[in-house]
Amino acid sequence: MSATTSTSRLSPPAAILRHAVLLATGALILVPFVWMASLSVKPPGEIFRASFSFWPAQFYGVENYTKAMTEVPLPRYMGNGLVVCVLILGVQILVCAPCAYALAKLHFLGRDLLFGLVLVGLLLPHQVLSLPLFILGYQLGILNTYAALVFPYVVSPFGIFLFRQFFKTIPDDVVHAARLDGLSEIAIVWKIMVPMALPAVVAFSIFSVVSHWNDLFWPLIAVRDQSLMPPPLGIMAFKNEEAGNDYGPLMAASTLVVLPLLIAFLAAQKWFVEGLTGGAVK
Amino acid sequence: MASVLIDSIRKNYGTASVLRGVSLSIADGEFLTLLGPSGCGKSTLLRILAGLEAQDAGSLSIGGRAVEGLRPKLRDVAMVFQSYALYPHMTVASNMALPLRMRRLSVFQRLPLLGHLLPATARIAAEIDVEVTRTAKSLGIGHLLARKPGQLSGGQRQRVAVGRAMVRHPAVFLMDEPLSNLDAKLRVQMRAEIKELHQRLGVTFLYVTHDQAEAMTLSDRVAVMLDGELLQVAPPQDIYADPDDRRVAEFIGSPKINMLEGVVRERGLIDVAGATITIEADAPAGAHLTLGIRPEAFHLADHGGQGVLTGSVRMIEHMGSDLFVHLDLAGIDQPLIARLLAERAPHIAPGQTLHVGVRPDRVLLFARDGRRLHRQAESGRASVTPIREGA
Repeated sequence: MSATTSTSRLSPPAAILRHAVLLATGALILVPFVWMASLSVKPPGEIFRASFSFWPAQFYGVENYTKAMTEVPLPRYMGNGLVVCVLILGVQILVCAPCAYALAKLHFLGRDLLFGLVLVGLLLPHQVLSLPLFILGYQLGILNTYAALVFPYVVSPFGIFLFRQFFKTIPDDVVHAARLDGLSEIAIVWKIMVPMALPAVVAFSIFSVVSHWNDLFWPLIAVRDQSLMPPPLGIMAFKNEEAGNDYGPLMAASTLVVLPLLIAFLAAQKWFVEGLTGGAVK
Repeated sequence: MASVLIDSIRKNYGTASVLRGVSLSIADGEFLTLLGPSGCGKSTLLRILAGLEAQDAGSLSIGGRAVEGLRPKLRDVAMVFQSYALYPHMTVASNMALPLRMRRLSVFQRLPLLGHLLPATARIAAEIDVEVTRTAKSLGIGHLLARKPGQLSGGQRQRVAVGRAMVRHPAVFLMDEPLSNLDAKLRVQMRAEIKELHQRLGVTFLYVTHDQAEAMTLSDRVAVMLDGELLQVAPPQDIYADPDDRRVAEFIGSPKINMLEGVVRERGLIDVAGATITIEADAPAGAHLTLGIRPEAFHLADHGGQGVLTGSVRMIEHMGSDLFVHLDLAGIDQPLIARLLAERAPHIAPGQTLHVGVRPDRVLLFARDGRRLHRQAESGRASVTPIREGA
């Protein structure tokens, strides 16, 4: 017993060092958020004060948050973000799951080559394609619409890759049993594979929603109409309007924008970890 | 219910030939076991029959109907997998109901919410429920219907898998090593239950296993398969006592059959391991033969002589009523294993010299190519021809 604990536990100095490193990294990530939250409840005078304090001397949260909600159409931006994220996620799963099933479980000529192309797609940064996509959007006449915000993301190489890795771990016998039970290939995808790969679906959903909720680059190119802007773009417009110095409401708006993601992640944390460790990155 | 006809099935994976022209005919209601070591192609044959894989050549028919190119669903076969292949996200009831739902409900009736609004859905769903419950009760899993497979023991999962196969009354049951994931005790119990199930349902069973005990106890006939070929198809007792091929004799029986090299001295006499045995072999003088002698064909002898082998005891295994005595014979590498009655052989000790007599009528003769040579006396029985194809 003591032998096993002594091998699995680190010696005190090593444990202290490890925790110090972890705490430092954690703080590095967390500090901007804490600062953001702190600034969002401070009056303008305190924000630019040389000394730093976490709690405001004068609580100014109500004013800042009211301004954030009323000065610019923040609810509208968040609504846009929700519509775009749900559309993107829905279409992505609709496309990725059958693709991943074909790559994981069906045998056909050129399968490995196709999977290689998916991996290449995974390597390409999205910004590289922005110009061709912009031209495509222009030719289709969908610029400055919701469709413009959605169409570049309908096929997600990452989604295909993640699902494929997860589907690979599902035994072939389950697919065989489903075929004998009378399920069509499409039914196998939706009734058997996707429910069995639920952790991967949740993990992918979080990745997808976070990255598209926070996306600034493509919306900046694709839409000009303020009523179509997703949250980050909206916040940017808001900052310009306010001549860039009204940081209190800006931070309040940012906090409000980040909040839904935080809640969603905390709610799905368990599946998220399972989804990533279960299939792809084992 | 249906007979199954498998005709000259071939299958290659790349350059590896997995099935080399397998032909087999299974009668309606028969329990036939495909027995062979792992990798001999028996599971592949089963999957081809189920329509899960396509053969490269050959034809199949089930119940007199050619099934080539037919989707698995339309072949009217059900399969029980080694891993059970239950759907982990569905309850036992849903697992068992799925094959019926896919067959009896239309696409629209199966829709999640809309389907319930369609006229006949509720009635059909209720019928399915009744059948699932009845089948589950007959298998003793009626109380588990609301559970998920993850909450069940191995034996219970196995029953659910059988139930899912049973519930739609298939013409042919295919079972791919269904017991090999169970512990030894449960395996014996489930073996009896499968036998009983076959007798109760009376449908055709095709059972794949590498376990000869399962094959021998369950089957009406056993088909021994090796390297993609069927070596012999016969009732269990014939497979054991009257093998057509040296490989069949060696595969069946535990402990393994003793194989001794012998030379025909003259008509009716064979020299083997320093002794001479009286056997009417269908071979000329000077011919080299292999004698296959089952451990229980030996008996204790008082002294050497014709038909008696002599060796020194290497090891003794006590099996209760029997003893397995390992004997080193002069000039033979492998020890000879003799099964002797414990009460008749009380004082055997390692190192001792022992004489064991051989009953000539229990000796199996094989030619050098592994083919069985029948003794003259039984040449009339040699018409038991094996089904052998290809190669």
